[in-house]
Amino acid sequence: METLLQKLAVENGLVLSFAIIGLVVLFSEVVARQLTRGRVQGSALAILIGLTLAYVGGRLTGGNKGLADVSYFSGLALMGGSMLRDFAIVATAFEVHPTEAKRAGWMGAIALGLGTIVPFIIGVGTAYAFGYRDAISLTTIGAGTVTYIVGPVTGTAIGASSEVITLAIASGVFKAILVMVTTPMLAKFMRLGTPRSAMVFAGLAGTVSGVSAGLAATDRKLVPYGALVATFHTGVGCLVCPSIFFFVVRALFPAHS
Amino acid sequence: MPLYGTALLAGCHLLGIFLGELLGRLLGVPANVGGVGIAMLLLIAVRWHGHARGWLAPRSEEGVKYWAALYIPVVIAMAAQQNVLKALSGGPMAVLAAVLAVLACTSIAAWINRHEPAAAAPVAEIS
Repeated sequence: METLLQKLAVENGLVLSFAIIGLVVLFSEVVARQLTRGRVQGSALAILIGLTLAYVGGRLTGGNKGLADVSYFSGLALMGGSMLRDFAIVATAFEVHPTEAKRAGWMGAIALGLGTIVPFIIGVGTAYAFGYRDAISLTTIGAGTVTYIVGPVTGTAIGASSEVITLAIASGVFKAILVMVTTPMLAKFMRLGTPRSAMVFAGLAGTVSGVSAGLAATDRKLVPYGALVATFHTGVGCLVCPSIFFFVVRALFPAHS
Repeated sequence: MPLYGTALLAGCHLLGIFLGELLGRLLGVPANVGGVGIAMLLLIAVRWHGHARGWLAPRSEEGVKYWAALYIPVVIAMAAQQNVLKALSGGPMAVLAAVLAVLACTSIAAWINRHEPAAAAPVAEIS
């Protein structure tokens, strides 16, 4: 019986995922409406449940793909993988009003620049406070704080140790999760409400996963505007971190030994 | 037919990702530079053209809208496969760097959004 169910689950992974996520969404909507009287968005709760399940999955298997590493739920890797995620994000472009996007475009670009420089400086500063003094480690950890993809790309390019690269990925992943969870809470503080504000936020917060989930949990209408900017984040980070930023850090912290 | 819309979406997606990869190569970066963003711009342009010339049927648009509606469920599935364990096991340094970065960036976003030019509102009313 067990093997039969497992076979069914594995062979119909994607279909099973639709059913599971459907249940999670239904549960979250009901709880959000009944228990919090709509004060907490249903999708915010659903994303929190998703993250909790990912933690449980990681604990059970020791893998790095959360619940998707449990063989019954392997279909989640396809449903929530980058292919379908990007496909769905592109589809939301149908809801973009070109005039709104065009008017705020330059503001989004400025935010994108700040969203790369500021986390990088903070990452370098934190690493320095924790005793790192060599330019390679400082740059890699700073890059990881930009996004969890920029970290390893930069670290590999400039020859950082695997321990430092792991640290850089950890801070990037933690930042993405933090953005997913805190965006709905900080939405009022950030005055998130207009397409322009969503583009500013997306440029500063970075990481498609953090921004897309954070905005989804705040206001679904803002998602396409945020996504439009956030998708440039990793590319810009990978461009400047191993080059300009590394040279600056190396000039500031020349090797001691 | 809705499939036409989905196929159109797929075409924009693939072309956008391809151009993003190409841009990355040109810049010498081992990453996709804005592929999804380029795909979104393509889809916006195609839709505008389709409406202006009248070749985009409402039935076809349904094939795109369904995928846009699936966006939140897909994001929840994405959340369920994050490496949460690793994020928490990075130790105090990784956590501190991330928390400070998010604090700084949300504060800057708040500052910019509070200084939204007053001119923006009237422009919205005109257009």
